[in-house]
Amino acid sequence: MKLPYAGAIDCDLHPAVPDVAALMPYLDDFWREHLTERYIDHSPFVLASYAQNLPQSARPDWRPKAGVPGADLAILRRDALDAFGTRFAIANVLHGAVALYNADMAAALCKAVNCWIAREWLDREPRLRASILVPPQDVELAVAEIERCAPDPRFVQVLLLVMGDRPLGHRSFWPIYRAAEKHGLPIGIHAGSTFRHAPTGSGWPSYHLEDSVLQASAFEDTLVSFLAEGVLQKFPGTKLVLMESGFAWLPTLLWRTNRSWRGVRTEVPWIDRPPAEIVRDHVRFTLQPFDVPNGDVLNRIIDHVRSDELIVFSTDYPHWQFDGEDALPDGLSDAMLRKILIDNPLSTYPRLRAAAEVDQKAPMREEMAR
Amino acid sequence: MNKPVPERETKAAQRLGFVDCDIHPVQRTPKDLYPYLEARWREHSETFGGHLCQGLSGQLSFPRMMASGMRADAYPSNGGPPGCDLELMQRQHLDLNGCDTGMMVCLSRGGMEERNLEFGAALAHAVNDWQIHDWVEKDRRLKAGIVVPQEYPDFAVREIDARTAQNEAFRQVIVSPRSSEPLGRRKYWPIYEAIARNNLVLGLHPAGAPGGHPSSGTGWGTYYMQEHYTFGTSISGNVVSLITEGVFERFPGLKVALIESGFSWAPSLGWRMDKQWAHMRKETPHLKRPPSEYLREHFWFCTQPMEEPEEPAHLYDVLDWIGWDRLMFSSDYPHWDYDDPRQALSFKMTEAQRAGILRDNASALYRLP
Repeated sequence: MKLPYAGAIDCDLHPAVPDVAALMPYLDDFWREHLTERYIDHSPFVLASYAQNLPQSARPDWRPKAGVPGADLAILRRDALDAFGTRFAIANVLHGAVALYNADMAAALCKAVNCWIAREWLDREPRLRASILVPPQDVELAVAEIERCAPDPRFVQVLLLVMGDRPLGHRSFWPIYRAAEKHGLPIGIHAGSTFRHAPTGSGWPSYHLEDSVLQASAFEDTLVSFLAEGVLQKFPGTKLVLMESGFAWLPTLLWRTNRSWRGVRTEVPWIDRPPAEIVRDHVRFTLQPFDVPNGDVLNRIIDHVRSDELIVFSTDYPHWQFDGEDALPDGLSDAMLRKILIDNPLSTYPRLRAAAEVDQKAPMREEMAR
Repeated sequence: MNKPVPERETKAAQRLGFVDCDIHPVQRTPKDLYPYLEARWREHSETFGGHLCQGLSGQLSFPRMMASGMRADAYPSNGGPPGCDLELMQRQHLDLNGCDTGMMVCLSRGGMEERNLEFGAALAHAVNDWQIHDWVEKDRRLKAGIVVPQEYPDFAVREIDARTAQNEAFRQVIVSPRSSEPLGRRKYWPIYEAIARNNLVLGLHPAGAPGGHPSSGTGWGTYYMQEHYTFGTSISGNVVSLITEGVFERFPGLKVALIESGFSWAPSLGWRMDKQWAHMRKETPHLKRPPSEYLREHFWFCTQPMEEPEEPAHLYDVLDWIGWDRLMFSSDYPHWDYDDPRQALSFKMTEAQRAGILRDNASALYRLP
């Protein structure tokens, strides 16, 4: 269905870096020269999971006649922000830097992407916010990038890909979660793989369709990793936002981990309560791609997970998840829609909450001035 | 979970008369297989032993929880691992609970993850002999699963044909879902052709030893809790592969039993496949129908480990979605997370539904008398 009212918070959309040239002003002399000398200043740096021609990478009517989908602010304003009456939207730039093996190059490119999004997009469009793209190849460099960006309140979360070198709950990543918690930044984990490993435990599937479908399995294994490693006990202020994860698989995960925890709790003694409760307190899911057949089934699944606070609205622009203005499933109650569109995003993102409060106070200040 | 179970008297009225789709017999020692191995492979076994894709020899890299993953009370008093003693299995499970048919799934030493293909084939051949001589011939309630090393399809096809001709106790073919390629890939199709030709069932059961890839697309986990969860996600990967590659278009009679793999994930996997396929169907023109239809038509599920929603009634949604005729009781005897056939199905259902899960669904799939 259409959005019933304006003011939604879109927690996942994708401005794209058009080319390396766009990042050049934000790279230092060393990296500018280095990329140029190696002739990789014209390389696409596009993740294989979102190769540009793939149908899911851009909705047909959102695909520009030329150039990269999502690279034009005016078009994004028209097709995403204005079209859905969006109040805030979180820009997640999916850049190939995170799939490189050279951590220094990755860090330089991530930094350039973050500078570029701040200057070219956030400065020009007050409805936009952004996630901090960090190089997962080197945790110290990732933390340094978080520290560099965090003072800008328009950066509202840290962005990681779901499939990388190892499951994201692993201790080696903890400095990232420590820094994020300190700054009130949720950890946004987005679909996509750096293909360090085969996408399945049985190796490499043949089709893009399989890669796409099996993103859900990677999210499940990642969530179990966060649970088993005790990340959410170690950093209790952490919120995880799973983006493009789907949602329909969650009941199975809650039931299975609740049951298996009873058998394995001596192995993971830091899990101090049923895993389902930990998930409900700490984990949120973006709406698109909406992976249930209709709102009736979604209502059943919301019942199964026993919480109406877990889903946050997203369009996933310009990725192709729905047609027309049909960004919401039919059959949800008005109260549930309001939670998904506004309340849940605000309670997930402290920095959006702060911005919304400033917005609310603004008219009062005007009145007082009169 | 591993407290000794007090032994009960079995009264005729208590007999459940069920089919158990997951029972694990095991050799008391590797020497149990020697009568069925050529001298060359006996010697190989002693000199070199197994050659697997993992860093530890002689144990699993993710150690199981209590009692090596076994029911502590299932260790025979005369030595050997749980599952090696038919008399104890009869007393603790088959007779006690009134089991009519037990489907054996032989995971241990079946050569499925052996890197030396000829050794793997010799082991599989030996385990298949051993199932008949040491188990089926001693207790006719037990049915066998032809163990084949999936990385050696030529051998697997010969073995499937020979075993089917040899003994009607062989009702399915057991393949490791921890294969070197997703199971839908062309390499494995001769195995499916042989299964379909012989009117058998493809049985997939999570296996302990890896097939050369981390158990998740995210890499290796740290804890057994994570490894345990991947039993479900890695089966999903193989289900998606079997469907997407068009295995069921090519072999429309092929039926797959997913053993100890859960079942509540199936509806969401079907919905997700259909949703993605809608935009990407040109990539797989060999699929004539939405992927979820193949899932509903060609797959059967087993109960253990029983799904336990926080609200028990939520299980009805799942059973309605997957179909009450698709779920078959399994105990996983003698493993630590064994489900008791009297306890596991404690939720309300009609007599026909209960009979279906306990007996009729498996009887129809495996063509049991």
